[in-house]
Amino acid sequence: MIYLELFWVFFKIGLFTFGGGYAMLPFIQQEVIAKGWLTLEETTNFIAVSESTPGPFAVNIATYIGVEKASIPGALCATFGIVLPSFIIILIVAKFFFAFRENKYVKGIMTGIKPAAIGLIGAAAFSIFYNVFIRGWQGFSKFTDYTFLYSAVIFTACLVLVLRKKSPILSIAVSAAAGIAAGYAGEALGLLK
Amino acid sequence: MKIKNNIIKLFITFFKIGAFTFGGGYAMIPIIHREAVEKNHWVTDEEMLEMLAISESTPGPIAINSATFVGYRVAGFWGAAAATFGVVLPSLIIITLIAFFLKRFSEYKAVRYAFMGIRAGVAALVIKAFITMSKKCPKNITAYVFIALAFVSVTFFDISAILIIACGGVMGLAFNLVFGGEEAGK
Repeated sequence: MIYLELFWVFFKIGLFTFGGGYAMLPFIQQEVIAKGWLTLEETTNFIAVSESTPGPFAVNIATYIGVEKASIPGALCATFGIVLPSFIIILIVAKFFFAFRENKYVKGIMTGIKPAAIGLIGAAAFSIFYNVFIRGWQGFSKFTDYTFLYSAVIFTACLVLVLRKKSPILSIAVSAAAGIAAGYAGEALGLLK
Repeated sequence: MKIKNNIIKLFITFFKIGAFTFGGGYAMIPIIHREAVEKNHWVTDEEMLEMLAISESTPGPIAINSATFVGYRVAGFWGAAAATFGVVLPSLIIITLIAFFLKRFSEYKAVRYAFMGIRAGVAALVIKAFITMSKKCPKNITAYVFIALAFVSVTFFDISAILIIACGGVMGLAFNLVFGGEEAGK
């Protein structure tokens, strides 16, 4: 049953995502893309949509996949699933509170989880980078490929922007405008395959 | 009656927070702080800091964690439920609308070209997220080994990310118990 499946997949993701946001991506890849619910390309596109709309990425992507798979009831199930683990855990912590963070076991567990979560974000960054720049590699002729070249320019420009702490929305606007310009220019010059 | 009013106010406040903060996560903290600490005095500065620290040691998005925490502090379970529902609702509405349009728009050539560019830009955003997170990592060999192990396991062996987080937790705990609290991994 799709509703239960949506709920369960996102419940698991909500329960194991530390560090929020992009730390979810490897889970999305393994649980959602592997199921054929979304492609990596669609996921990458959706990151841009989520950055340009309000709300946390986790809730946005759960809602999006829920709607795509099973309309509004699907969105509700997926979103309920992603929210529930946080809700329950924070309720418990807020109720008992006893210096949760100072607890030696919690501290120990977190010294292992933090780097693992960072490694997962690294893996997500790598797979998106791979998909944009390396996939379909056929020798060094790729370096002269039109799409590769303009993607590399956009990538570099956006990396400079975000490293200078400009809003991600600016990067998305710039890359969208550049993509449209490059697309039509390439078409006019016969450079697009 | 007071509790009921509080619950409604929690819902409205967190609905606003959900509706007007772009980028999510840490972008939300200043706004939550303004609403929950400065304007409404629902929690103190210290509680807010404590809550952010707890958020880092519990799973889930920081927006949800804060909403649940503040809501519970103000009005118990139903306060938590109202605040959390409030912070989630704008995303639910906006993304549902977008999902209906996104499919239709993506038939346009200009939109497809735009997304070709955007994907390169998003690659930069995610790499930036990785850099930011890395700066917050404990600086020791054990942590670096954990990062590398997690990266390699997912990228090259497609090992479940859930398993990796679970193993990270168990290994971190074992390390700390064997080598003792603060000294672990140094």
